[in-house]
Amino acid sequence: MSLTLLYALTGTALFLLGLRATLLHAGLLARVVALNVSGAGVFLILVAIAYREAGQPVDPIPQALVLTGLVVAVSATALALALHRRLIKEQAHE
Amino acid sequence: MSGLFTWLPDLLLAAMLVGLGWATVSSTDLRRSVALFIAFGLLLSIAWARLRAPDLALAEAALGAGLSGALLLAALRDEPPAGAVPEGLPRWLRTLVDLLAASLALALAWVLWETLSEPAPARLGEAALSALERSGVSNPVTAVLLNYRAYDTLLELVVVLTAVLGVVTLGRERPGYRRAGPVLYSLVRWLVPLLILAAGYLLWIGAQAPGGAFQAGATLAAASVMLRLSGIDSAGLPNGLAGRLVLRVTLSAGVGLFLLVGLGVMGTGRGFLHYPPAWSGGLILLIETAATLAIAAALALAFRGGRPAGWEADDPDHSPRERRP
Repeated sequence: MSLTLLYALTGTALFLLGLRATLLHAGLLARVVALNVSGAGVFLILVAIAYREAGQPVDPIPQALVLTGLVVAVSATALALALHRRLIKEQAHE
Repeated sequence: MSGLFTWLPDLLLAAMLVGLGWATVSSTDLRRSVALFIAFGLLLSIAWARLRAPDLALAEAALGAGLSGALLLAALRDEPPAGAVPEGLPRWLRTLVDLLAASLALALAWVLWETLSEPAPARLGEAALSALERSGVSNPVTAVLLNYRAYDTLLELVVVLTAVLGVVTLGRERPGYRRAGPVLYSLVRWLVPLLILAAGYLLWIGAQAPGGAFQAGATLAAASVMLRLSGIDSAGLPNGLAGRLVLRVTLSAGVGLFLLVGLGVMGTGRGFLHYPPAWSGGLILLIETAATLAIAAALALAFRGGRPAGWEADDPDHSPRERRP
């Protein structure tokens, strides 16, 4: 078993843990957290595939994809939290 | 066999990641879950370092653990005090989701096992590394982001801009924080200039070593979050009538300058974003500088959770009697 496989399988486990929790949780904030864990799992799979043994250069393309992914994930989280806040405000007015 | 000892750190790290991930998503206390998520982000950043992705380790420490954590902690304040938990799914549906997740896990594990145990085929990465000399930078990740796949990065900046415009449209910012005590305040006075300096360094060094616009932008945004948390409401963002314009220009600077450069090089008879090799180093630094400021402004605004006071001259949500003293 290689390091790539170990981390790729860890990523798979995280992706599914997060996905399952996203579907099952009723609270919206808990869902946002779970979705972030799920995304981290996907990133881990990608970076594990980019890994090479010492001596060889790593594959920069998945790493660049994950880097943009991290920024997009934070922005999407911010938008989700803003939507959540607006929703609470609307419910309070009812 | 190279023995258990060479594997032990990785096995431990993997087990801790899964364990923390599990604890994060299964905790019923939101506050606890957010705290665990921050710890999870820090561990993940160790995993990036282990997988020889230092660019990601830097970004994760600032973004995944730092800013996401700050965003989520701030959002905890929005929860109504009597947090009425909505009703969950019926039991049979929960079992169905569990079954689906388990079968998906097996399928994914099988696919990964099958594909990764074969010798790696020729990948795009080799082409990327062999063309590195002509890209204008020597950090391969920066070359991919701002040269080979510049189009993707341009659109990614559009996504960030769109998300922050969404945040701004949805409501006004959260009230500010209490003024910091003397100890925190003197710490902030030291940390914020250091963070700005670190951001400048990360931006500059990104051409040849781990770093770049995303890490620098996240670091700058962290400085703004620190200021905001210590009770300085403007948090380093421009204020007032003139500031409003500056803020808008900064937010759109990343996308704007990227587009201008992309269209500008078309004037020399090349394709969109197809830099002349002699200029690419300078153009990349120019774009990255604008992108750093834009990302920092976007993330700082995102942390505030809405449009700042005076975002629009006649903001109906900011009637004078509602404004905070």
